[in-house]
Amino acid sequence: METETLLLNMGPVHPSTHGVLRFKLRMDGEIIRDCQIVVGYLHRGTEKFGEMKTYLQFIPYTDRLDYIAAMPNNYAYVKAVEELAGIEVPLRAEYIRVLVMELNRIINHLVMMGSLLLDLGGSTMIMYGFRERETALQMYEMLCGARMTFNYVKPGGVREDLPEGFMPKLNEFIKDMEKRIVDYEELVNGNEIFLMRTKNIGVISAEEAINYGMTGPSMRGSGVDYDIRKVEPYSIYSDLDFKACMCREGDSYARYLVRVDEMRESLHILRQIADTIPEGKTVNQRYGMAPNTGAPSSVMSYFPRIFTPAEGEVYSRIEAPKGELGFFVASDGTTKPYRVKIRSPSFCNLVALPKMVLGLKIPDLIAAFGTIDIVLGDVDR
Amino acid sequence: MITNAYELIVAILSAIGVYDMILGYFQDMGMEFILKVIIVLVEIAVLLVFVLLTVMFLSWLERKMFAVVQARYGPMVTGPRGLFQPIADGIKLLSKEDIIPATADRWIFTLAPYIVFVSVLLVYIPLPFGESLIVSDLRVGLLYIIAISAVTPVSILLAGWASNNKYSLMGAIRAVAQDISYTIPLAITAIAVVVFVGSLSTVDIVNAQQGYWFGIIPKWFIFLQPLGFILFLIACIAEMGRIPFDFQESEQELVAGFFTEYSGMKFAMFFLAEYAHLFAVSGIIVTIFLGGWTGPAIPIIPIQITSLIYFIIKTYAVIFFAMWLRDTVPRVRIDQLLHIGWKIMIPLALLNLLVAAFVVTAGVI
Repeated sequence: METETLLLNMGPVHPSTHGVLRFKLRMDGEIIRDCQIVVGYLHRGTEKFGEMKTYLQFIPYTDRLDYIAAMPNNYAYVKAVEELAGIEVPLRAEYIRVLVMELNRIINHLVMMGSLLLDLGGSTMIMYGFRERETALQMYEMLCGARMTFNYVKPGGVREDLPEGFMPKLNEFIKDMEKRIVDYEELVNGNEIFLMRTKNIGVISAEEAINYGMTGPSMRGSGVDYDIRKVEPYSIYSDLDFKACMCREGDSYARYLVRVDEMRESLHILRQIADTIPEGKTVNQRYGMAPNTGAPSSVMSYFPRIFTPAEGEVYSRIEAPKGELGFFVASDGTTKPYRVKIRSPSFCNLVALPKMVLGLKIPDLIAAFGTIDIVLGDVDR
Repeated sequence: MITNAYELIVAILSAIGVYDMILGYFQDMGMEFILKVIIVLVEIAVLLVFVLLTVMFLSWLERKMFAVVQARYGPMVTGPRGLFQPIADGIKLLSKEDIIPATADRWIFTLAPYIVFVSVLLVYIPLPFGESLIVSDLRVGLLYIIAISAVTPVSILLAGWASNNKYSLMGAIRAVAQDISYTIPLAITAIAVVVFVGSLSTVDIVNAQQGYWFGIIPKWFIFLQPLGFILFLIACIAEMGRIPFDFQESEQELVAGFFTEYSGMKFAMFFLAEYAHLFAVSGIIVTIFLGGWTGPAIPIIPIQITSLIYFIIKTYAVIFFAMWLRDTVPRVRIDQLLHIGWKIMIPLALLNLLVAAFVVTAGVI
């Protein structure tokens, strides 16, 4: 019997496209024959803003890229600027940076787990995830006054030192999370329906994952051992003991498991930092008080609002919770970057989705999409 | 011997000594049937009020349970512990604009929600709420329930088709596929019970479950047919369209399934039907497998009241289970659902029926 395919427009307003993503699906009954991804509904011209703002003014804009985990965005940009201008950072500041980033990784994975389960119809996990996230957000609030858009990492250090009472709260959080992760695993991993929905769904091989330019946990789920914290260590990661989590299967379940393991590793890193964080300066005391001196100062007791790096360009990348987050910053010797290009993990990982879902059904599309873990602010920039 | 609610009303009226007076009044006018109609209308009114109150309470209970499981409070503002939340919801839904999409089929679009609600309401007719508390003890009660339940997918299909929306249509098709594949194991497991009872009447089924084995274990069919009970429970949850089988909605995939385009009072009708169905189906599970309204008799209190209380308690236990399930598990996929239905449930149900038939013919019990 000859049948017609049905063109189904999924999104940009749809409960489980995680924002304003749009799929153009060609459906044969329930089976997906073609999947086109249409992005751009949340385009804000962030890269252009980078050219119009000074180096410091652009940092708040990076918060709005991946708003689930904004701290790595801050850091990735600041790291590029620091490399461009040759700014050194005190050790304590580096420790704090890694601390806040790993905390953000946990938040990101909690939200991802919650929204994945929500997409599959189990609505309890997201509430549990958000409960723990709340504790972490309160810690951020203590740190910089903001809960999601931090603007915390600055060239040459961080904005504020750790406030009083932060470390006890962190230790409590670590202890709490260790128990909670076990709870989550019982709720989710042990659920037969969850396994039915995610195993062998959205499979992508290691080779394909590399070819599509996937990075981060989504790629490590396919068995590619590639973690930028390991292959190209930055900040203090080379001093820390952790492992890049990996799974071989390449299906949705593997990608999910990688994230659960990563939460454990992040907790391990947090514990190490809590034990070994050194005393010292964090470049916060006189921040912003200095006169406009022009050239970057080698004195790290303060940092000017406006500075001009020498002409040149730099591409710097970090392992954000979602994958490789890279900032290409080019300077023409003025107070503003000549060009800022963002290599966002969400966008690059999303490209592999049509490959994963061909021949599957709409519910599988949701399951595969949920484990790629994107944020639309990061996709469209 | 009082057998149904009509006779119960007559008996109550006689007991307080007004029935003969009223009857005489109507007989004088030669319109005895009008009295009958009035009594039936009273019955319907009582049933309707009961169903609506139950629906309101259930929607509150569902939210509250959901909240407790998820470490939240749930509704707290409207009334004590948010008890009046359903009333606030009702007012909100009533005051919403009643939108009919321009491309929709106006008549069918309007009719569908009412068919759903009425078909659910009809299930209550042969449901024994207690000793003699039954609207009508149909001789084919069980068959009637299964047949009436099969009307719901028709109206869902009407709703989905009339909406002229791809998501609605897919939701409706899923709902129909699901209902057809789960009505079969539902019916077969119910037949296994009928084999034991020898009657399709719900009252007979409950009466067959009175008494105890060895003086302790109640003679409920759940103990006689544990497999049948599990199959029936799963099939019922699929019939109700609740997580993990809520394909007619599956909001994360199909926005809201067949009622994507509905708003205002028409949406409220679907909502009412959903919870009325939840209570009705739980009541059926209780009637068939959990001994219906049977329970230890309490002296002084009339059996009508104690039996009603037993029935309500048992029904809420089943409802609790359904809600608990919804809070915990994700949704299965539509093809996995059909796979479970056709390849696992139906063979097991047939096996169950075979064993039941063998046991009865061999005269073991």
